[in-house]
Amino acid sequence: MKAPPFAYARAESLDDALALLAEAGDEAKLLAGGQSLVPLLAYRVLRPTHLVDIDALTSLETHERTPEGLRLGALVRHEQLATMSVKGAERVLAEAAGHVGHLPIRTRGTIGGSLAHADPAAELPVALLALGATLHVRSTAATRDLGVEELLLGPYTTSLAADEAIVGVTVPEAACERRGAFAEFAVRSGDFALAAVAVVATVDGNEKRDVRIALGGVDATAIRASSAEALLERAELTDDAIAEASTAAATDCDPASDAGTSAPYRRALVARLVRDALTRIREEWA
Amino acid sequence: MSRWHHPGDLFEVELVLNGEPATLETHVRATLADAVRAAGLTGTHLGCEHGVCGACTVLLDGDPARACLVLAAQASGRRVDTVEGLGTPDALHPAQQALLEARGLQCGFCTPGFAVLSAWLHDREPEADEERIREVLSSSLCRCTGYGPIVAAAMQR
Repeated sequence: MKAPPFAYARAESLDDALALLAEAGDEAKLLAGGQSLVPLLAYRVLRPTHLVDIDALTSLETHERTPEGLRLGALVRHEQLATMSVKGAERVLAEAAGHVGHLPIRTRGTIGGSLAHADPAAELPVALLALGATLHVRSTAATRDLGVEELLLGPYTTSLAADEAIVGVTVPEAACERRGAFAEFAVRSGDFALAAVAVVATVDGNEKRDVRIALGGVDATAIRASSAEALLERAELTDDAIAEASTAAATDCDPASDAGTSAPYRRALVARLVRDALTRIREEWA
Repeated sequence: MSRWHHPGDLFEVELVLNGEPATLETHVRATLADAVRAAGLTGTHLGCEHGVCGACTVLLDGDPARACLVLAAQASGRRVDTVEGLGTPDALHPAQQALLEARGLQCGFCTPGFAVLSAWLHDREPEADEERIREVLSSSLCRCTGYGPIVAAAMQR
């Protein structure tokens, strides 16, 4: 179908975009790569009054290493992430990005767009949750930082106000020294994942492991597998410990049943994917 | 002066289309696929119109993109290459020639998308192996061929 009516303006700068967004009122949307928003328009699921186009703001398409960590502009494309040079656990983000849709989707879709769209099955929020990333949000009036948990309120629902924009993401510097793995299961390459898992942990030495296991596609938003994380906090990554944590992760989520996929099946996928990710962390980084 | 284009407003988008500077007259709700078709470039096919089938795949600034998921207005200042820009009937792009020789099409509806993807692979990733070729081509759907001949065509170098 064709999109419903809306007014359109192309932003010349980030400040310009924020001003246009504030001017346009509560039913306005930012348009970036459009890989989620334009299908919703075509389905007429969404009827925004105004679209503020930020797709051409190349200053938001850059990434740089800062003392705080890897700073990504909100318009970094999935294909950029998938092919970027990464360190340590940052690879979780690159692997996750490689699973998003197909090449012509990844050349357009953006990290900020994926977060703001808040699809419960989206890959990037899962990776960023496991990495403990900080999201940078701006409006004409204020600037604030928040975690992925504070952004995602429910399916397609975020804590962003109508005049706020995600302008960037920082993956903490500590990720470079940590280990990580991403795994998902989809029926066909490019499909939405039936379940996705990102694991980030510190494995060397005697320090606290700070294991973070994030799950996608199996709850209202990307979530942490808290009981699985707790089980691994002091344990060696033995086969038994991995098996126990994987089973626990399957009970940490609340998947829905739909026509093609039952909730128990999704839980079984979670257990298998957590096991695979933890095993990879142990073996590939030994 | 209002910055906003409203529904029903016609406005011009300047871009480089198949290598030549072009101006498309369009409106806010038009996708890039709508706009190039309205300009007579009907090789870009619209199947699903919501980013699933890949028939409308074009190159946007040199990279594959779904023309149904790009608003026409967003193409302003960019380079767009459609299937018409790949070759001519007398001098097909090598990827098009390979599709022809390998019988990589039947009804032809999906072919423009596969031709654009295959040409991009040919030009940009000449070393791509079968796994990579299959991964890239997996973004388009074909309901006739079973994909074997399309993959075989893309493997011809």
